[in-house]
Amino acid sequence: MSGYAHRHLLGTRGLTAAEITDLLDRANRYAEINRTPDKKHAILSGRTVVNLFYENSTRTRTSFELAAKRLSADVINMQTGASSVAKGETLIDTAATLNAMHPDVLVVRHHDSGAVSLLSQKVNCAVVNAGDGKHEHPTQGLLDALTIRRRKGRLAGLKVAICGDVLHSRVARSNIYLLTTMGAEVRLVAPRTLCIPGAESLGVSVFHDLKAGIADCDIVMMLRIQNERMSGGFIPSTREYFRFFGLDREKLAAAKPDALVMHPGPMNRGVEIDSDIADDVDRSLIREQVEMGVAVRMAVLETVTRNLALERGEPWGNAK
Amino acid sequence: MKPISGKVAYVNARLLDPATGLDAIGGLLTEGETIAAVGPAITAASAPADAQVIDCRGLCLAPGLVDMRVQLREPGEEHKETIASASRAAVAGGVTTMVCLPNTDPVIDNDAVVEFVARRARKVGLTKVYPYAAATKGLKGEEVAEIGLLADSGAVAFTDGTHAVGSAMVMNRLLSYAASFGHLIVQHPEEPTLAGGDMNAGAIAGRLGLSGISPAAEWIMLERDLRLVETTGARYHAAHVSTAESVAIIRRAKGKGLAVTCDTAPPYFILTEEAVGEFRTFAKLSPPLRKESDRAAIAAGLADGTIDCVASDHSPQDADSKRKTFHDAAFGGIGVETLLAATLELTRSAGLSMLDALAKVTVNPARLLRLPCGTLAADTAADLVIFDPARAWPVDADTLRSKSKNSPFDETTLTGKVARTVIDGRSVFIDDELTHG
Repeated sequence: MSGYAHRHLLGTRGLTAAEITDLLDRANRYAEINRTPDKKHAILSGRTVVNLFYENSTRTRTSFELAAKRLSADVINMQTGASSVAKGETLIDTAATLNAMHPDVLVVRHHDSGAVSLLSQKVNCAVVNAGDGKHEHPTQGLLDALTIRRRKGRLAGLKVAICGDVLHSRVARSNIYLLTTMGAEVRLVAPRTLCIPGAESLGVSVFHDLKAGIADCDIVMMLRIQNERMSGGFIPSTREYFRFFGLDREKLAAAKPDALVMHPGPMNRGVEIDSDIADDVDRSLIREQVEMGVAVRMAVLETVTRNLALERGEPWGNAK
Repeated sequence: MKPISGKVAYVNARLLDPATGLDAIGGLLTEGETIAAVGPAITAASAPADAQVIDCRGLCLAPGLVDMRVQLREPGEEHKETIASASRAAVAGGVTTMVCLPNTDPVIDNDAVVEFVARRARKVGLTKVYPYAAATKGLKGEEVAEIGLLADSGAVAFTDGTHAVGSAMVMNRLLSYAASFGHLIVQHPEEPTLAGGDMNAGAIAGRLGLSGISPAAEWIMLERDLRLVETTGARYHAAHVSTAESVAIIRRAKGKGLAVTCDTAPPYFILTEEAVGEFRTFAKLSPPLRKESDRAAIAAGLADGTIDCVASDHSPQDADSKRKTFHDAAFGGIGVETLLAATLELTRSAGLSMLDALAKVTVNPARLLRLPCGTLAADTAADLVIFDPARAWPVDADTLRSKSKNSPFDETTLTGKVARTVIDGRSVFIDDELTHG
């Protein structure tokens, strides 16, 4: 089977081009339907999706919630602070507790790399990684790929520069694995303090100069720089960061004339990206990324729930 | 336990005594708690008529192992390990002497706790236990502990255990003060400000999104300490060296004639950072597992004598401490029960002779810490291990005898199995299959 046949989606690393294409094709169909007045499908009717978020998130959680609701699933949101997590319950105990309530899909975000994989080993439902530490954020990688594919018609052969705090970025890692698998040429642009050590072994090239890094690129993907990186001494100040690594129109001129700009959000305007570019509808894909996010998450929720049902020998699709 | 009396002749053995260079077929005669004689002349036929004769069936007979770096977790964390459970694991691994780190609760930084550990070990009556004492009060790295008094009450050397003495000023005073007594300082060589990560810094940490611990953390601390050793004339021992550069640094220091020694632990000459796989917390060690080039350099350092000793660096962690995200999981692996088999790996992978490999876990640590063991010489305590060097066995962490099961060698195969362990002339462990089967 060349389509996506796994029960979980924990990362983009190790996925085949056929598996990625399968998810993107399905998501693309949902993207079209999402633009029509009737957005609701019955395919996950009767299923339960739990959003378990150990990190604050509005955008990703809302996107997953909307995706699940458009597929008619029942959705529960659990956020730390409001749950037993704050009372000291371990990750594995929480997993066991939720598992006993028979959810079909757990969508999990956690501040530690590897946490979602660990949790997936302790439950018998499907698990979707909504971001684990600095490790992976696979639905972001997929939605970025879908956004690019819709605008450029392909992924293979494109030059994509991922710029900014790649060291601490799960978005960067998921994009690296996915885009290199799909045949894109990926470059990282960052000061040495914010670069992934040994990044070359991931099949990417590394630049420490923004203009040189985005030269001749089709896609310029900017990453969010987090405030705590300043206090950590990775960069001296936002002022200095913007001067050398922030994207403005002058630097963007180094990329291809039709180069498009992306950002996973939320943006720090004037730190990593100039408002002038972020709001330029001809160059910025930022809002389209958000739109594709819902479509990709619908495709992923449907696919892992189907795979779970097939694994359990339960009816799926027309039979239900 | 009552002292044992009478004579026992262990015959038909391959005698291995790194202290004397003895490697011959023969036997060993014990009388009461001590070794009476050893050599090719001792056979079943020549044994005294009143001696019990034990046929070793061609297996190896060596001094019981001296494991110079063990965390016993007692007092304070008895849910992870106790002196009794560690001792049972030790004797099953042929270890007859353990030297324990002071990072217990309370810390071993006063003579009462030194006494407590000694008394508990005597009561268990298996492996002999000698304590390190804290180098600084409360392991805080701020004030030099009462090392003279602690030595008098039985501490064999001084260390802050799993933490480096970070302050250069404190280390300078500690080395100067210890040098006045000739006491040994053991350092966990890791610059604390560079050691905030979860695994070895490099491509694998980069891929997994884990914070890296730079190998430079180890070199920098070693380089600093060795400068201080040079100016103070102290005796200094670096624990569990893990990087290629560390071996080179210590080789240079020894070349200068400094009183410097070091050990490593089996994970650093058998495993690499690849063992972390997809966030496997049993492979989260301190120092972290390094690259293959480091592993090879550690093995070479053992072969050329730069690295003097092998210690298990036994660090029991219960399931709750390891069944966590990689970042939250505790550092450390158990190893006392696998020490012999893992050390014998050096005879296969690093070209060491059987005597050279065994020296790393017997006479070398015993001499360094001035312990009365680690040899088959007559009139010393009859602490022995009889083992089959060729017997392969699958390591199943759940069947290891430590209270905690966090072996980095879980699900691997090690070669070399203990048939019998003897302490003070008494058999304290017998593997029925290897002894009688």
